[in-house]
Amino acid sequence: MAGIPHDHYEPKSSGEKWLHSRLPIVGLLYDTLMIPTPKNLNWMWIWGIILTFCLALQIITGIVLVMHYTPHVDLAFASIEHIMRNVNGGHFIRYLHMNGASLFFIAVYAHIFRGLYYGSYKAPREITWVIGMLIYLLMMGTAFMGYVLPWGQMSFWGATVITGLFGAIPFIGEPIQTWLLGGPAVDNATLNRFFSLHYLLPFLIAGLVIVHIWAFHTTGNNNPTGVEVRRTSKAEAEKDTLPFWPYFVIKDLFALAVILCVFFAIVGFMPNYLGHPDNYIEANPLATPAHIVPEWYFLPFYAILRAFTADVWAVQLASFVTGGIVDAKFFGVLAMFGAIAVMALAPWLDTSSVRSGRYRPMFKWWFLLLVIDFFALMWLGAMPAEEPYASFSLIASTYWFLYFLVILPLLGVIEKPLKQPETIEEDFDAHYGKSDTTPAE
Amino acid sequence: MFKNITLGTVAALALTTSTVLAAGGGDQQIEDFAFSFEGPFGTFDQNQLQRGLKIYTEVCASCHGLKYVPLRTLADEGGPHYSDAQVRAYAAENFEVFDAELDDYRPAKPTDHFPENNDAGAPDLSLMAKARAGFHGPYGTGISQFVNGMGGPEYIASLLTGYTGEEKEEAGVTLYENTAFPGGWISMAPPLYGEDVEFDDGHSNELHHEAQDIAAFLMWTAEPKMMDRKYTGFVGVFLLGLLGFLLYLTNKKLWAPVKHRKTV
Ligand code: HEC
Repeated sequence: MAGIPHDHYEPKSSGEKWLHSRLPIVGLLYDTLMIPTPKNLNWMWIWGIILTFCLALQIITGIVLVMHYTPHVDLAFASIEHIMRNVNGGHFIRYLHMNGASLFFIAVYAHIFRGLYYGSYKAPREITWVIGMLIYLLMMGTAFMGYVLPWGQMSFWGATVITGLFGAIPFIGEPIQTWLLGGPAVDNATLNRFFSLHYLLPFLIAGLVIVHIWAFHTTGNNNPTGVEVRRTSKAEAEKDTLPFWPYFVIKDLFALAVILCVFFAIVGFMPNYLGHPDNYIEANPLATPAHIVPEWYFLPFYAILRAFTADVWAVQLASFVTGGIVDAKFFGVLAMFGAIAVMALAPWLDTSSVRSGRYRPMFKWWFLLLVIDFFALMWLGAMPAEEPYASFSLIASTYWFLYFLVILPLLGVIEKPLKQPETIEEDFDAHYGKSDTTPAE
Repeated sequence: MFKNITLGTVAALALTTSTVLAAGGGDQQIEDFAFSFEGPFGTFDQNQLQRGLKIYTEVCASCHGLKYVPLRTLADEGGPHYSDAQVRAYAAENFEVFDAELDDYRPAKPTDHFPENNDAGAPDLSLMAKARAGFHGPYGTGISQFVNGMGGPEYIASLLTGYTGEEKEEAGVTLYENTAFPGGWISMAPPLYGEDVEFDDGHSNELHHEAQDIAAFLMWTAEPKMMDRKYTGFVGVFLLGLLGFLLYLTNKKLWAPVKHRKTV
């Protein structure tokens, strides 16, 4: 493996040698676990482990739930109640799975914004970043389809609204929508294919996670300074790094335990807090709920979807230029997917040669505004589509695009970065004191 | 429901606790009843659940069903906790179910569910306490529910006590004014007036008490494993807290030589 120089696994006993020459699996595990990791990583670098844990949690609880669940429009809702009432421990497993999705998204958003602040997306980590974005998209697809399975009112109407978005695509939209649904409307065929895909996608995610890890194990981790690990010699690299095991494994496990403590409190004491009461009403195609609201983790993008109404000049312009092909609905869909696309393109939109936000005095403020913007969008997505929320949504959505398409490219040119430390060691020592004469900070 | 859960981080939010939760959809008035099962330490009150069952059987069951609730669960610990014999007698005395094998109706057994009942166009009540909520504010932030709980049982109790006595006819249906119901007019005639049932334990059967008892019972039908769940939650929090503490010490010790090299 390319990357930071470090010790590799050496088979010693004849048994180890026998295995190693046939299947170097121990070597692979050793190299993965002992990977040199920048020693100055802060607490924002724990989310990777949390996310891996979430994936495992969701797959394990999910497999158990499948043993008792019935994917049929007449039976699905009742089978969930069967799990909640009759299956041993079923209620807790189901609540773990339900809230596990929320933990998953909290972690992924923290992870993404960590990457955005410390410039983890920049060369040479573009592939890691883009794969990460693919994982995030698959997560959204999986979560969306999972939410349909209990066949409650929000399941049904959420599915109707979201698949309806595809219907907004000109010309081919309606055939696509019908194809996705397996019929003219959300029905048994839809439930069955969503169930099938909801089971499949997590394994695709697991595959991509392996590629994601492979990619950043090749480039090495980014770190809060954004300065690369010295890699001319092993001795030098060791001044900047520590092996992943045990230093970061223990640190990450500690963080995981703390987070799971809070998670168990939520699951144990308020498991429905993040859910919607309407989903405890069985799906009824004849009764539309008063407010159709997606799960909280979709809200920012849902707000962007709704922000571009027909009276926005950009929408009118797009409609005029395309001869009416791009109407407000389609524009909204484009904006929603575009909001994720611009994020995926960050490595090429950011022109600054400095990686970490720590040394970018102007960037810092725009980034902070982006975080606020994200939470504002999340809140706006839950509000009814009326004034003043509609105008706020438009402003907040615009800023999202402005950040990626204008501010990031521009800042690289106009911003004067602060001085970065020469090495990771220097940064670390500035915090914790040097080995010999220099006193601690 | 979960009054005063603060989970450390949002202790300050407790300031927003109020006795009368303001409007849900703008005009709903949902009173903050105090239930025994609120908060992480809250438990169901067995006697209250038994009183609630009596109200359900004598009043609500004529229009509403509880189709997801197996009768045998009336014997569950953490529920009304009747004896098996009592459940058998209760089932046989109160409900008939259609048996496909006999091709006829027969008295219900504990293995049957409460019958469903659509005759009056009334919704099933099994999950009603989780399918409704209190005030999700302020400003749609859900802070109130974080502090006070989701508000399902509060909603049900408020609905039953929220009739103003006004009636109107609309498209041949009589509607009754109700301060808790979204929109203000409900087609369910006031089912409780107070003193509708006599309790064996001589407990007050005043309207307010009855409403609270049936709401508590419906919380149980919606979430029969609540006590198990909280118990598991405590075990989880405790074990993970302990694990976290041990890992904290391990981590500190592990990093000490790296972080403060001069002291080593
Ligand atoms: C005379 C028949 C009848 C009786 C008796 C009755 N209900 Fe209802 N109930 C209805 C009908 C009809 C509705 C539907 C009302 C509507 O949606 O306008 C309803 C609706 C409800 C709702 C749902 C309100 C909402 O938010 O949609 C609850 C809760 C409820 N009833 C509780 C009870 C309880 C508790 C009792 C026993 C104390 C009871 N009902 C007795 C007929 C009845």
